[in-house]
Amino acid sequence: MCRMSSPPLAAVALLSAAALGYEVLLMRLFSIILWHHFAYMIISVAMLGYGAAGAFVALMQRQLLPRFERVFVAAAAGFGVTAIGCFLLAQSVGFNPLEMLWDPGQPLRLLIVYALLSLPFFCAATCVCLTFSRFADAPHRIYSFDILGAGAGCLAILGALSVTSPAGALQWIGALGLVAAALAAQRLRVRPRWLPAALLGGAAVLAINSPSQWAALHPSGYKDLSQTLAIRDTRVVAERSSPMGWITVVESPLIPFRYAPGMSLNAIMEPPPQLGVFTDGDGPAALTRYDGKSEPLAYLDALTSALPYHLLERPRVLVLGAGAGGDVLQAIYHGAREIDAVEVNPQIVDLVQHRFADYSGMPYSATGVRVHIGEARHFVMAHADRFELIQMSLLDAFGASSAGLYAISESYLYTVEALREYLDHLEPGGLLAITRWVNLPPRDALKLFATAVAALEARGSERPALQLVLIRGWKTATLLVKNGEVTSAQIVALKEFCHSRSFDVAYYPGIDPAELNRFNVLERPEFHEGALALLGPQREAFIASYKFNIAPATDDHPYFFEFFKWRTLPELLALKAQGGLPLLEWAYPVLAATLVQAALASLLLILLPLWIGAGRVHKVVGWSRWRVTAYFAAIGFAFMFIEIAFIQKFILFLAHPLYAVAVVLCAFLVFAGLGSRYSSRLRAKLHGARLQPLGWVVVATGLFALSYLVFLPVVFRPLLPLPDAARIALSIGLIAPLAFTMGMPFPLGLASVAGGSRDLVAWAWGINACASVVAAILATLLAIHLGLNAVVVLAVALYVLAAVAYR
Amino acid sequence: MMWRRHFGVRLSLLSALFVAAALRPAIADNDFAAQRRDMVEEIAAVARSAAAESGKPAISAAVTAALARVPRHRFVPPDQEHAAYENRPLPIGFGQTISQPYIVALMTDLMRVEPNHVVLEVGTGSGYQAAVLAELAQSVCTIEIIEPLAVEAQRRLQQQGYTRVRTKTGDGYYGWEDCGPFDSIIVTAAASHVPPPLIRQLKPGGRMVIPVGTAFLTQHLLLVAKNTDGTIVTRQVLPVRFVPLTGGH
Repeated sequence: MCRMSSPPLAAVALLSAAALGYEVLLMRLFSIILWHHFAYMIISVAMLGYGAAGAFVALMQRQLLPRFERVFVAAAAGFGVTAIGCFLLAQSVGFNPLEMLWDPGQPLRLLIVYALLSLPFFCAATCVCLTFSRFADAPHRIYSFDILGAGAGCLAILGALSVTSPAGALQWIGALGLVAAALAAQRLRVRPRWLPAALLGGAAVLAINSPSQWAALHPSGYKDLSQTLAIRDTRVVAERSSPMGWITVVESPLIPFRYAPGMSLNAIMEPPPQLGVFTDGDGPAALTRYDGKSEPLAYLDALTSALPYHLLERPRVLVLGAGAGGDVLQAIYHGAREIDAVEVNPQIVDLVQHRFADYSGMPYSATGVRVHIGEARHFVMAHADRFELIQMSLLDAFGASSAGLYAISESYLYTVEALREYLDHLEPGGLLAITRWVNLPPRDALKLFATAVAALEARGSERPALQLVLIRGWKTATLLVKNGEVTSAQIVALKEFCHSRSFDVAYYPGIDPAELNRFNVLERPEFHEGALALLGPQREAFIASYKFNIAPATDDHPYFFEFFKWRTLPELLALKAQGGLPLLEWAYPVLAATLVQAALASLLLILLPLWIGAGRVHKVVGWSRWRVTAYFAAIGFAFMFIEIAFIQKFILFLAHPLYAVAVVLCAFLVFAGLGSRYSSRLRAKLHGARLQPLGWVVVATGLFALSYLVFLPVVFRPLLPLPDAARIALSIGLIAPLAFTMGMPFPLGLASVAGGSRDLVAWAWGINACASVVAAILATLLAIHLGLNAVVVLAVALYVLAAVAYR
Repeated sequence: MMWRRHFGVRLSLLSALFVAAALRPAIADNDFAAQRRDMVEEIAAVARSAAAESGKPAISAAVTAALARVPRHRFVPPDQEHAAYENRPLPIGFGQTISQPYIVALMTDLMRVEPNHVVLEVGTGSGYQAAVLAELAQSVCTIEIIEPLAVEAQRRLQQQGYTRVRTKTGDGYYGWEDCGPFDSIIVTAAASHVPPPLIRQLKPGGRMVIPVGTAFLTQHLLLVAKNTDGTIVTRQVLPVRFVPLTGGH
């Protein structure tokens, strides 16, 4: 073995690319095998692997450094093997989030999944961290290769997911690990000589082989698709995969789908034959057989969502979230004059229009129908057209749920600003109709009502009470918001609509309490009471005292689906024996539990090695270990806070969460990488200056970050109609200066620390990574409570703190 | 003589083992019986306290008596037997669950089953709910779409002597014309809407119960009541005594 004078940069870049690709891929894989709630856990898991590796290298470098070459190759190959192996093991652990509070064994299973998935990141990070330690005199070069590789990995995985299945992409990632090991073995001349060839052979086998049974995904048995496929004679008739989701079309000849959500109990018709369309195993949406005859579609008039068609005469309709075409068929059935349908996933439209053209009757090319590929809110913001009816029916945070990202489900569809946009796109007298599932006690419907009231007030409406209608069936509730006052003729029509279908009126202007609670009887007319309270002077008090969070969602707090309040938790837990647990909103407490788990893991992996290794971590001039901890923790939190807040902010501009993640992550990594390279020059330039280099960096970062909070919404608006490529380029351009400055504090600190001790370098690296473990989850939690802007402000404050710690 | 003593010791050990083996199910069953009593008592107590708060009648004695008779541990997969009498839902395979016992009691109570009633169940699952209903009704017809579940439930019900239960594999949407009309119906299979044929097969004065929610998480219950004049009224029932407003009623 010969001592190398330069680090294995290509292998480092490749490993970083593979690890970042793996991180994004895991989000997709978990959306498919479980649900999308685990995205934040994945980010934290990755960071944990990185942090653990930092601590491991710090403690063991006396043993590891003399064997650098072999350890590097083994760890790189280990990444390749564990990336696939640990995922397969994790999906066989049998973790079932639905049983989380019933079965005391489930948290343990979650912990096992957490530990297993951090292993591949541990392997990749061991390589990188060890390289930093081994070549402590060249941190800038290593860091920029590391970070440029990672940036490339985020974008490359999107490309990979466009051409292969998620299971296939998993094999490619495994192969990349082996290729990195082979490159390193070659570069570092690790014996035996045939090792690089053997590793490349292994990589080729993985990459070329189509995903086989052993690497198959096993979605939870409780997912809708799994339950459907347990029925005899059901079969998958088409499958599509893209970064937007895994689509499965299922035929069930023996027991037809008959999807008619909340159909009136007075209706006696049966829906026509349907195929079930599942996205990531969730659903189904119905692909309904349509032969141009309207009679079989009569069931679509027996849904609460049909109400607006009884108050408007042959309207021009905008259908948001058109999916497999159910709402378009409903509009056709009711004789809509013109229909614009917006669907985010082109593969679904393609299935409806081409693969199943004979079956579907091609509703998207029927007379008067235009289909647009795009995200709903984005489409509305980017177009100036006005409509008589905007229809959103049972549309969940489809971006988030189909892409599996940032799952405490930020949704820009149901915010005050979004509702204002929709109302701005209505003709005078036009209606916005939003249909949601009924839950008890009311949550969705009241939060939506509160959001609509706030939107109307924000548009300057003096009497929102005259512009709203809320009706409910046994399963769905429909809210109408009118651009104008509801007329008495419309009230007559809506009463007739509800009466003939046994739906209840919950609110309309001038509602008579005697009309309440007639058909679907509730113990108390809670929908009506809630609506009145939200229109009255005690609105704030009502929202505050309600046991679920029904405060309006905003673009700064885009968490419509979050109803959890901590103070309700003990009461619901106490009501477990009576079936109280299902009323808990799971995502939030699980997020908090994951934060605790991550914090404990970080303490264990950072503070423990810190104390154990304390004897060996000597003071560097000006740097006590507490100062190092404070500095690297502060910049770790700050970087992650800004990154996650900007991912969420750019969703609105880039129209899809997955693209926002890929583009924002990539831009941050690449430009932070460039900033990191530049930092040494800055250091040299400012040598002896009054304001230290970090001072300049923090001032610049603060200026960029804070001014973006003010200017981004203004800048975004006129640029929205631009094509995707232009918006992606603009996004990268906007992020570039901010990321460039944010890339500097880490290497500046590292270079300063490395002046005295190698041990401290790995240790600083570990602290920084573990701060990121916690920050990934904490950023989302803070955003839920304080809003995204507050998270950014907090990050700037942390940078200031870091500047204080730096000398 | 030594060998004899040894032989004798061995023989008695052996016979003790045989006796123990023979007694084991009996002991286990006794154990389960005790657990079942505890479960029923817990349900009755919870129902009484909820009733006291709400002023509504508690779960009827007939229903709790039925729960006390049905060996729930015989209706769960072997690896779940230990938890059979816990007041929680359990997995039964194929992405399906057996409901939390309190919810079973509440649903059964809402159906108001009389000894001369004919009852339909759509979604047999484990067969436990059918067994509970069979304790109360004249006959129970139950349909399951997942074949292996249907087969297993039928075997269990036969083995436990529930001869008044008729089972069928297939589509529950059209009900079971030959068995009906029904005094009450329970639809535990997920449905996007209430199948119109089931409403037709419900006798005037009959009641239908549909739990709404997902596996492990029953959100609320839908009670469909057919008046004697054939008109339909539904009620949405939250199983739990919970008011959403602080200081609410």
